[in-house]
Formats: sequence, structure tokens, C-alpha cells
Amino acid sequence: MTSFILGHYAYWFILLLLVIGLYGLIMKRNLVKKVIGMSIFQVAIILFFIASSTKWEATVPVLSGHQETIQTAAYINPLPHTLMLTAIVVGVATSGVAFALIILIYRRYRTLNEAELLKRMAEDDAE
Amino acid sequence: MMPSNTIPWPPLIYLFAGIFIPLAALKWRRLAGWLALVATAAAAFFSVVNLLRALDQGVISYRFGGWIPPIGIEYILDPLSGFVTTVINLIALGVLFHAHRSVEAEIRESRWPPYYALVMLFLTGANGIIMTGDFFNLYVFLEIGSLSLYGLIAVGEKKSPVAAFRYLVMGTVGGGFYLLGVGFLYLVTGSLNMGDVRNILFHLPVTPPLIVALTLMLIGLGIKMAVFPLHGWLPDAYTYAPSPTSAIMAPIGTKIGAYSIARIFFFIFGLKLITQVTPIAQVLAWLSAIGIIYGSILAMAQNEIKRMLAYSSVAQVGYIGLGLGLANSFGFIGALLHIMNHGLMKACLFLVAGNFRLRLGHSRIDRLDDSLRRSMPWSTAAFTLAALAMIGVPPTVGFFSKWYLALGAIEKKNWLFLMVILISSLLNAVYFFRVIERMYFRPVNSRQTSENLSETTSAEAREVGPWLLLPTLIFALALVVIGFLNVWIVKTILTKALPAVF
Repeated sequence: MTSFILGHYAYWFILLLLVIGLYGLIMKRNLVKKVIGMSIFQVAIILFFIASSTKWEATVPVLSGHQETIQTAAYINPLPHTLMLTAIVVGVATSGVAFALIILIYRRYRTLNEAELLKRMAEDDAE
Repeated sequence: MMPSNTIPWPPLIYLFAGIFIPLAALKWRRLAGWLALVATAAAAFFSVVNLLRALDQGVISYRFGGWIPPIGIEYILDPLSGFVTTVINLIALGVLFHAHRSVEAEIRESRWPPYYALVMLFLTGANGIIMTGDFFNLYVFLEIGSLSLYGLIAVGEKKSPVAAFRYLVMGTVGGGFYLLGVGFLYLVTGSLNMGDVRNILFHLPVTPPLIVALTLMLIGLGIKMAVFPLHGWLPDAYTYAPSPTSAIMAPIGTKIGAYSIARIFFFIFGLKLITQVTPIAQVLAWLSAIGIIYGSILAMAQNEIKRMLAYSSVAQVGYIGLGLGLANSFGFIGALLHIMNHGLMKACLFLVAGNFRLRLGHSRIDRLDDSLRRSMPWSTAAFTLAALAMIGVPPTVGFFSKWYLALGAIEKKNWLFLMVILISSLLNAVYFFRVIERMYFRPVNSRQTSENLSETTSAEAREVGPWLLLPTLIFALALVVIGFLNVWIVKTILTKALPAVF
């Protein structure tokens, strides 16, 4: 049991990050903090993929010279890293759109606090 | 003679149009709408060609860059993906035809080129999701489509950025859950190619990580599809988005999630995994059943046509989920038929809502009265026809998808689901007749005409021009014509699109 917990320490850390991200996303009132939570959530997923590709006693997946047989156990799996390059780009784009929306919201309502925002939106309806 | 590699053309045409439109429209802004229309027409044409090929030859795989599938990315063309791309591209064509004028009316001129570019990117994502045979590729297209949608929503009225932000937060979490599910699946199977994963899973024992992967994917795609407890983003997004966005998002946006669930859970994971090992199909069916009733009841309480249609979408997506969750051939055919039918009905209804907004300046139900039937006879007629289709009156399309869903529920001997389908039709009738009653029978003088001077009264409104009217009427007509053609569609296309297990 202890070896299970210790052996997967990276995953526990990632799980913690995931929960922190979701907490920020749901509980924080400030829209910018929500975006921070969202970024943490995305980073946790990226780290999950990266952690899954590690192997003990393995090296970078670059072949030196011509080899007849390739020992797959001797190299780290490069696929998750390449996938996560795309996921990072998606994350950056999402944050960019989120901040653009936040600027728009601030210009229209002069607040980034969710409770205040809802109040001002309701006032608009009443008019 | 058609070139043989037309399979990836629909998403590629949209992608290049999305890049080309802002460049070409730098000088001539009016060009943007025309280019978008041409690109959509071309993509729709090639998706019809693809569908015919798929019906003729069965499953065809297209390899990108010539890489062999488990390594490279492949596109799968089978009757199912051919059918859904054809449906969404033809609907998009009609909606963009209508958008030509409604974008002019609702969106500032400097924003036309980026607006159309985003529409093109959204359709790239939609087509890519449907065609792709790779789990990670699906995620990328999902995010391409969603990111463009956030932008399309945010150009609407004052509250639209808030709605877009809410959708962004939920959509990103959905995408994240899906990606995490893909991660677990990759750890279990070591492959991202859908066909390859199916073959590997066939030999693998069921392990906890696999079940986690299934659950995470269901949550992620469920948010995109707006299944009942995950629908929170939908009503605001549909209501506050500009009319052309609502009209293109409502028929296509949620259907993509529904299609992905159908594709991944029924074709890749297989029936045993989702009905016996884990109760995923049952959970989907029950949540959808609750969503049908919940959406219909909330739709009755709305006072704004677009918001009512949004809640009605929650209910209608529930029909698709229910059909999939029944996990038998009738349910699956009903769900696929409803993907098409609901797309057509909602496109028609949102186009009419757009026409009302354009001519009346609002689409509030309590301000409609019977002068509308004289001033905008065609739009009100199209609305009524689409409303009858939503209720499920026989010669229209809505009846047939509900018919297959009901047959599926009977085959499963699940009388509760049958009741849900019947009761929800009744609820549909209630909330649509509220609007129809006001449009046709409420006398003019029952409201104060001077309450808001900036708004045109119904009596002063004119019928919209042919650019707006023609697509509205075509959709309305299609509801009846396709209703008559439904046996043919089910026989020639949908029975071939069923997963092999049924």
C-alpha cells in the first residue's frame, strides 16, 4: 500500500493540482481567478500526460546512428510530449479568449466580481 | 468524374476559407459573406458526394500524409459520418444564406470578416470531429469549434460576453475531462487511433483505468452535448448570442457532442462495455429523460422566444441522448433521425426568431399579437409549421424520430421512457401554442401600444425580404418533405449507419 502511494507520487500531486484548479474555477468569485483556476486545471492534465510517458533508466528518444533493433524500453515515449505541445497551444488560445472576454465584460459592467456582475445584469433587466 | 480523395475536403475547405476570408475581406468587407456562402456550398456539395460514396462502398479510410493508420491520422468515411456531415453542412448553407442579411443588421461592419472567419472555423471543427478517426484529433477539433463559438457568442447584445465566458469555462472543463479520458485510454491501450483502440480493447480485460476513461469522456462530451445536469451554459449562450450565431449554433453545436458520444461509445467501446460492464448507456438514458421533462417545463416558463427555444434545445438533446441510451437499433435510428430533424426544426425556429428581432426589435412572447399574422404572414407560418414539427404532428419530421424512439422504448419494455416521450410532446404543445395563440388570436388592443417607442409595433412591421424569407421557408418546407421521405432515409442511409452489434 505504501509503495502504491509512494510509487504514484506524481499522480497524487497531479490530482491535487486538478482539484485546486477546479476549486478555483467553481468557488472563486473573481473572473480572473477563475481563469487562473482554469489554467491550473489544464496544466494538471498536461502534467498527467507527461508523467505517464516517463520510464526508469530510459533516455531521450533520439536515435544515434543506424540501429538494427530499437530497444523501446530504453527510450521515453515521445508521443505524449508531442500531444501536449498541441494541448498547450489550445490552453494558451483558451486563456487568450477568456481574457478578451473579461476585458469586454469589464468595459460593459465595470466589475469582475461575479456577484456584483449578476446584480448589475439583473438591474439591466429591470430597466 | 469526381476525384477520389474528396473525403477530407469539407473540413479543409472551411479551414482555408477561415484563413482566406479575413485576408480577402481587408479591402471589400462585403466579400466576406459571399466567400463564406461559396465555401459552405462547396463543402455541402462534397459532403453529399462523400455520403453517396459511403453508401456505395461502405467504410472508407483516408490517410493524412500517407501515414499508415495507427501511426498517422486517418479520416473515417462511413454512412454515419457521411450522413451527419451532409446534414450539418446543408443546414449551415441555409443559415449562412439567412445570415447574409441578419449579420448586416446585428453586427458592426468592421466585424463582418472576422465573424465569417469564425463561422468557417466553427464548421471546420464540426466537420473535423465527425470525420476524424483519432481520439486526440477529435479533441483538437473540439477546441477549434468551441473557441470559435465563444467568439461568435460574444459579439451579441450587452450580456453576451458573460454568457460566452460561462460557456468558455464549462467548455474548457469539458474538453479537459475528455482529454484526461483520452490520457487514461492511451495508458490502457497504447493507441489513439479509434479502430486500433477497438481491436485492442477486444482482447483486454476490463480494468479500473478503462472505466475511469469511459466516465471522463462521457462527462466531457456530455458538457459539449448539454446533457441535463451539464447544460448550464446553454440557455444564456443561445439567448444573448446574435441571431445568426444562435441559428448556426443551435442546430450544429450540440449535435456534434451527440455524434461523438454515438461514435465513441457505440462504435469503439462497444455495447458490452457500456451496458453490462458499466451502466453508461443507462445513465445517459436516465439523465436525458430527466432533461427532456426539465427542459420542457422550463421552456414553458420563458417569456422570450430565443430563451424558450434554448430550453427546448435542452429537452430535444435529451431525445437524442435517450435514443442512444436505449442502446437498441430503434433507439439509435431515432437518435440519428432526431439529429437531423432537430437541426432542421431549430434552424427554422431560430431563423424566425431572427426575423422577428429584425422587424420588431424584440422577440418577447408577451408583446406579440395577432397583427403579426397579417404583417409577417410567412414568418409566422414557418414558425407554426416548425412548432408543429417540434410537437410531433404526423406528416412533419418530428413525429418520425419520436416514433422510432417510442418503438425503442417499447422494445426495451421501459414504459417510463415511453411516458416521458409522450408527456414531453404534450409539454411541447403547451409552450409552442402559447406563442402561436398570441401570434394568431390575441387582439391588438390588449397591450399598451405606447409602452416603448423605440420598438416597432407588430402592426407596423413588414415581412422580411427574400434573402431572409427564402431560407426560412426552405427549412419549413423541408420539415414536411423530409417527413414524407423519412422511410427512404431510414432504409437507404440510417440502417447502414448502425453499429454492427445491433
